Amino acid sequence: MQFWGYKRKEGRAGIRNHVLILPTCACGSESCRIAAGQVRGAVNIVFNTGCSDVAANTAMSQKILTGFACNPNVYGAVIIGLGCETVPHDKLREKIQSMTSKPVFSFGIQDEGGTLKTIEKAVRAARDMAAEAAMQQKELCDISELLLGIECGGSDATSGIASNPAVGELSDLLVDMGASTIMSESIEWIGGEHVLAKRASTPEIHNQIIQVCKDYEAHLEAAGQDCRAGQPTPGNKAGGLSTLDEKSLGCIRKGGTRPVVEVLKQAERPTKKGAILMDTAGYDISSVTSMVAGGCNAVIFTTGRGTPTGNAIVPVLKVTANARTYQKMEDNMDVDLSAIVAGTKTYKEMGAELVHVIGDICNGKMTKAEAFGFSDIAVDHVCRFI
Amino acid sequence: MEINALLMDSGDNVVTCISEVAAGQQVVYRSGEKTIALTALEDIPYCHKIALVDIPAGGEVIKYGESLGKTSEVIPAGHWVAHHNLFSVPRDYDSEMIPV
Repeated sequence: MQFWGYKRKEGRAGIRNHVLILPTCACGSESCRIAAGQVRGAVNIVFNTGCSDVAANTAMSQKILTGFACNPNVYGAVIIGLGCETVPHDKLREKIQSMTSKPVFSFGIQDEGGTLKTIEKAVRAARDMAAEAAMQQKELCDISELLLGIECGGSDATSGIASNPAVGELSDLLVDMGASTIMSESIEWIGGEHVLAKRASTPEIHNQIIQVCKDYEAHLEAAGQDCRAGQPTPGNKAGGLSTLDEKSLGCIRKGGTRPVVEVLKQAERPTKKGAILMDTAGYDISSVTSMVAGGCNAVIFTTGRGTPTGNAIVPVLKVTANARTYQKMEDNMDVDLSAIVAGTKTYKEMGAELVHVIGDICNGKMTKAEAFGFSDIAVDHVCRFI
Repeated sequence: MEINALLMDSGDNVVTCISEVAAGQQVVYRSGEKTIALTALEDIPYCHKIALVDIPAGGEVIKYGESLGKTSEVIPAGHWVAHHNLFSVPRDYDSEMIPV
């Protein structure tokens, strides 16, 4: 299987060719939004962190920002900073330039003399970059260039019964063709981690999967918190998911059945090909943010109760097996998998159909969230702002 | 008889209802080649679970062939199983580690 994508010098192909307007911190976010609004082909990120942070939080923010810029769906980046944040625009630019040969420009609001002067420069840089990006021709790429993020959110009982198994089948089919997938949300392995660990390709990876869950619970306990207090969410419970264990046992099915070849830390880039796991929060927006920073070029998102979410850098394809949700929220849902619950199609049949849907998305078909221009992000935090 | 519930594994002691079920109505599910019916003894919301057998207080609720947690009260067959009578129990991670 092949798709038409944008080849990048550093490796994997993009399925989009965005000019990314990237803030260094929250204070640059609004200027980025205005600048992106002036340039066709540009997308912006709204960032809620980047300043007044302990070192571990700064490290996470930097992984996300550099990961976004290096994502294969990005042609180049224009950075807007303030000037007094933890990592200013010129330092972030240098860091990104050390990782990629993409064009990167940066401006600081304090240096330039305020919002309007900064936006003017950023818009000129982004405009020229978008003009260049438009000249890049798509080329035929092998499906092995695809790194698909697998996410679920707003889950109900149909997720574990139908949509997650169908997406698991999709993952198996893609992995068999040489592509890679990432399943994240480690909090939602808890209660099913012993089942997930059976997919480990080595004993080390088996224990890594268990350890991730153990460490997650210990981390929360150190702050006097219990994951079982917030998981499942009130919506999950109303949708028939009674315990974290039940949610997890359904969640892990979306990763398929192929051997797990690598367990990544949050927002890390894979070093292997195949079925991969990433240690992230179960908070769907944060998990997608981390997988996009890790280099995913598309995300498939199963939901039971329905969600509008989208990401500026990658298309987010939303699928549901809840017929009522599909009917009620058709403006936000891309694929109806309810035939599995109705018993008229198997999850394997619908998983095979999803391969073609993903092929279309790779070739440029917009998802509903993409057409709306949605740009949800959430950066995970180790501890309080300081 | 039309199916209105799904059994995920032959070892499960609950099924998931794929339509609302009122008390007194039949819950019908497939188990292998067989079609099995039981009477709901209370209302079961859409997407929620119903007990197939009497589950003692402190007993395990099994779905996907795995434990979802333990019950906080006796749940007789035909009754609703959800977060009001089922709770998650802490994991014993160390016992899950394997020799490397």
